[in-house]
Amino acid sequence: MKIHEYQAKGLMAARGIPVPLGQPATTVEEAVAAVRPLIEGSGNPVVVLKAQIHAGGRGKGTFRESPDLRGVNVITEGIEGGPGAAEEKVGELAARMLGSTLVTVQTGPEGKVVNRVYLEQGIDIASELYLAVLLDRTVSRNIVMASTEGGMEIEKVAEETPEKILRQEIDPAIGLADFQANELAVGLGMDGDTARSFIRFVKALDRAATELDTDLIEINPLVVTTGSLVMALDGKMAFDDNALFRHPDIAAMRDESEEDPAELAAKEAGLNYIKLDGTIGCLVNGAGLAMATMDTIKHVGGEPANFLDVGGGADEEQVTTAFQIITSDPTVKGIFVNIFGGIMRCDVIATGIVAAVKKVGLTVPLVVRLEGTNVEKGEEIIRQSGLDVVAADSLKDGAEKIVELV
Amino acid sequence: MSILVGKDTRVLIQGMGKTGQFHTDKAIAYGTQMVAAVHPSRSGAIARFEGETDHSGVPGRDDTYSVDLPVFATVKQAVSETGANASVVYVPPPFAADAIMEAAAAGLDLVVAITEGVPVADMIKAKRYLADKPTRLVGPNCPGVITPGECKIGIMPGYIHERGRIGVVSRSGTLTYEAVYQLTLNGLGQTTAVGIGGDPVNGTNFVDMLRMFEDDAETEGVIMIGEIGGTAEEEAAEFVASEMSKPVAGFIAGTTAPPGKRMGHAGAIVSGGKGTAAAKIQAMRKAGIVMAETPTDMGEAMARALG
Repeated sequence: MKIHEYQAKGLMAARGIPVPLGQPATTVEEAVAAVRPLIEGSGNPVVVLKAQIHAGGRGKGTFRESPDLRGVNVITEGIEGGPGAAEEKVGELAARMLGSTLVTVQTGPEGKVVNRVYLEQGIDIASELYLAVLLDRTVSRNIVMASTEGGMEIEKVAEETPEKILRQEIDPAIGLADFQANELAVGLGMDGDTARSFIRFVKALDRAATELDTDLIEINPLVVTTGSLVMALDGKMAFDDNALFRHPDIAAMRDESEEDPAELAAKEAGLNYIKLDGTIGCLVNGAGLAMATMDTIKHVGGEPANFLDVGGGADEEQVTTAFQIITSDPTVKGIFVNIFGGIMRCDVIATGIVAAVKKVGLTVPLVVRLEGTNVEKGEEIIRQSGLDVVAADSLKDGAEKIVELV
Repeated sequence: MSILVGKDTRVLIQGMGKTGQFHTDKAIAYGTQMVAAVHPSRSGAIARFEGETDHSGVPGRDDTYSVDLPVFATVKQAVSETGANASVVYVPPPFAADAIMEAAAAGLDLVVAITEGVPVADMIKAKRYLADKPTRLVGPNCPGVITPGECKIGIMPGYIHERGRIGVVSRSGTLTYEAVYQLTLNGLGQTTAVGIGGDPVNGTNFVDMLRMFEDDAETEGVIMIGEIGGTAEEEAAEFVASEMSKPVAGFIAGTTAPPGKRMGHAGAIVSGGKGTAAAKIQAMRKAGIVMAETPTDMGEAMARALG
């Protein structure tokens, strides 16, 4: 699960990690009202107005409605413009940002609607760095990744100048050790107050990652201020969905407006669903088989409309919901049900399909392939239902049949 | 010969919920030696399983079975009373990592964790706990391990298996079944089939399994089935190129998966351009692995690899 920058910074601030002062706003009035307290609180007449969406690249991203406007804007009118100048500029920009669509390298061409902006104090920056805590799957541990190349795409740095990326493996029983934090500081060319500030920062970040069950904390850029303080200028956090049960406060931060409504409905029903661009709806058990079903549809000349894994323990109701989600997608011109039962029993799937078709009707061709636990019972249920179903005896056979029918 | 499990494997179950009971019954019907259950609040009880024998499993048994499983409060008690040497974990996600560590502390040779949805942080800790112990963990989020005709631990349907010549290792449960069934139909059969699970942190990886299959006299070839996310397949390809003498066939799921989306499995995600199906397929081809174009062609690809 992802959260917004302002939420991530709130979680960091609560753990003693330095972040700029800031205030989120969902209306122009709220944004304008936040200006004065922020300038007075920070002592800096410069403020920054940032779009809050679940995607990076905002600084270089532009709005569809205002191609000259970026997702992050530095407002300097407060320096010389006299009283009210900063408020006026913030009001003008917030009005153009809120409700508009921001397109960045990470949103795709369709962009994302900005429902919230974050007003932040200006920071006097001496240097920009990169810092992240994330899982390294090859060692089955979290690592700290740091680089002097702040503000750049880290994938690009890794590819072009891998020697500029520093890593430290975190022992889960110990946490990031002092010497490891010190090695990172030295590797980043720090000394004195800056190094001390960094060491405190990175150790707190490691503790936050453990405490909050994050998949990823990425600070890009991490900045050193002209006052030698290390601070998170940006902040991205993603959480382990499987650990949210022990973090109800984090789960409550979910912004459903950032998610696809059909994917959200599927998630609530305990299904894994991802919308794609094709015409053939798929209902499959098991993530690997669901992916392979999409791949096979493509291989035989069709285009999958979705990924849908009903999982191992789905009941009749979940199967019905899954079927409803697929059939409610107007681009779906045919459905392929592909089940190889292990935990999932074929009779449960069959009963669910029959119930779903009776409930929502069926206007497109349906190909069903069943194999595995209780397959005879499943086939019998479908036969006796009298539904117009095309049976398939392998994944490839089913994919070919549905592609032909569509 | 077989690897991981065989006719001498004595299995205890941790997590006797609905799913655990259903699959314990199926395992007993198959002929697996289920010897004990562990449940903290049902200690002293007896769980009876009876029904019709699954004759696709261990040969030479009666048509019906009736087995009484004693329930113990701890894994250590179950081991000392019954001589169990393996465990299967169906414990719910919040408690699964602890169950795995308890099994390792009791000195079991093998722990097979079926549970899906274990927090990554819990698995990081459990894996560190297991690092200096002889216990091998398979999973979590996996279908289990089966040596056809000897022992079935997990949730795979027994009847699709046939004892034979091929080792199967996969990150996906249902794709394991696909491969197994094709090997049964084309007569190659399986020595042992292992689902290593779809999570980003798991106990046993492709390289571990390939090494065991390479050393197993009965195994003549291996099918490995991977998917998007991480670099385990690339590491396996390197191992195949440098250390394997036996032919290997393969398949990778997720060619059509959009980047940045988690495809059902916690570990199945292309992020920052890393972990793509294309990169894995390329690495595996380069290592001489015969790749199946679709999952329906996996058995055929294995036959080709054998020559």
